[in-house]
Amino acid sequence: MIEISSIYKNFEEQAVLKGITAVFDSGKTNLIIGRSGAGKTVLLKCIVGLLDPDKGKIKYDGRDIVTFNKKEKMLLRREIGMLFQSAALFDSMSVLENVMFPLDMFSNMTYKERIKRAQFCLDRVNLLEAQDKRPDELSGGMQKRAAIARAIALEPKYLFCDEPNSGLDPQTSLRIDDLIHDITKEYKITTIVNTHDMNSVMGIGDHILFLADGNLSWEGNKDEILHTTNETLNDFLFSSDILRKVRNMAKK
Amino acid sequence: MILIDSIKTFGEYLLLMKRVIAKPERWRVFFRQMLHEMYQLGVNSIPIVLLISFFIGAVICIQLKLNIESPWMPKMVVGYSTREILILEFSSSIMCLILAGKVGSNITSEIGTMRVTQQIDALEIMGVNSASFLILPKITALMTMIPILVIFSIAAGTGGAFSIGKFTGIMTPEDLMIGFQYEFQQWYVWCSVIKSFAFAFIITSVSSFYGYRVTGGSLEVGKASTNAVVSCSALILFADMILTQLLMQ
Ligand SMILES: Nc1ncnc2c1ncn2[C@@H]1O[C@H](COP(=O)(O)OP(=O)(O)O)[C@@H](O)[C@H]1O
Ligand SMILES: [Mg+2]
Repeated sequence: MIEISSIYKNFEEQAVLKGITAVFDSGKTNLIIGRSGAGKTVLLKCIVGLLDPDKGKIKYDGRDIVTFNKKEKMLLRREIGMLFQSAALFDSMSVLENVMFPLDMFSNMTYKERIKRAQFCLDRVNLLEAQDKRPDELSGGMQKRAAIARAIALEPKYLFCDEPNSGLDPQTSLRIDDLIHDITKEYKITTIVNTHDMNSVMGIGDHILFLADGNLSWEGNKDEILHTTNETLNDFLFSSDILRKVRNMAKK
Repeated sequence: MILIDSIKTFGEYLLLMKRVIAKPERWRVFFRQMLHEMYQLGVNSIPIVLLISFFIGAVICIQLKLNIESPWMPKMVVGYSTREILILEFSSSIMCLILAGKVGSNITSEIGTMRVTQQIDALEIMGVNSASFLILPKITALMTMIPILVIFSIAAGTGGAFSIGKFTGIMTPEDLMIGFQYEFQQWYVWCSVIKSFAFAFIITSVSSFYGYRVTGGSLEVGKASTNAVVSCSALILFADMILTQLLMQ
């Protein structure tokens, strides 16, 4: 479980986050949604500690990381898996080596055990046959899956995904979403996903937070979101005709 | 303003170096990377070092022969001066300037690309000290390889000069050989090696610094590479002046 309270973040004169308070439960996919530029990435970076918030508390199962020193942060990070917008695979290594990397660095397993664990993770994301390829030989969706395998190699307690679907076709997006959802349930991970993809919202939104103008404008789950009266959220969600029709059908 | 900016940049450089000088998380991973970098930065530079040194050695020899030699000067002057030029300046300083162009831009674009494609963030998130992880193996690798490159350069340069004597007939190889061996000072070779250690550190650390602080996209990575080479070259020349002064007294 991750609790954040009154997170503020400014970049020079621009206030990006204006006091965000939220709780992210374990075993649930928590979605942060909002327009491009709403501050989703900044919020996620504050939570993982890549950026320091100007004010506020961030607690990982009761441990406040804002007060952590460098060493403590590093130790906590071994419990964290993160999926970046650009997959961020190490392009000097093969897919298998990428997944083995966190194990090489932080586990005390033997070489054989590390290979086995890495192959298990690759199998989990259905990518075992591509283990010897280089990242640039993979499609966008395969890169994302490899990145997921790398993120779960050390059995993280917390998983963060920044726009896991950006640049993917709808079908591949669904597979990635399902994978994230299943893994979250399977290993009882606290998962936070940034997205502006409506399919994800409707598909895996156990807990949804809507970010607008640096504030938390709405909070709920995927069933409640269809019946919201929040104007900004409705504008954001049902920006296209088709989606509006779907909503009207759902209401009937 | 420029002065304040440079002091600020230098401060940032020092802060980065403070993070770089850290005990590696896993020695096994560190040595694997260092070996890789020794190959990448050192072994891969051998051909260009040999090529350039050979021709510069030959050209210095020709120039000296045609411009310096006169009847009242001993015949061995050409060989002697060529050797001194190679050992004292060319094979350490000028060769490192050339390496700054090859190795420096290579390092900056590699680390810069890792920065803009979030690979460095990924390392940080895993709890890896990305600065030390990426930069320390490069620094140690080039510093290990640079004495070898210097020796190769001296040898190739001397070979180039010798081949002039052997194949052109503007002077005899025997005169050259006497010159090459005249009053040889081992200490000068050491000076060259010591200077090259400093230059290797400058090349790897400064170009890593430029790559590490890239923000933006591939365009910025390109600009950073150019800036890195310019800064490395300027710093090498400056360090050369100071070190020569200190070592040669
Ligand atoms: N490092 C930074 N420096 C200055 N401004 C930034 C920085 N990172 C993000 N911003 C600004 O913060 C706002 C939110 O960005 P971001 O969190 O990336 O949006 P998104 O919701 O699309 O992920 C944007 O207006 C962006 O310009
Ligand atoms: Mg974003």
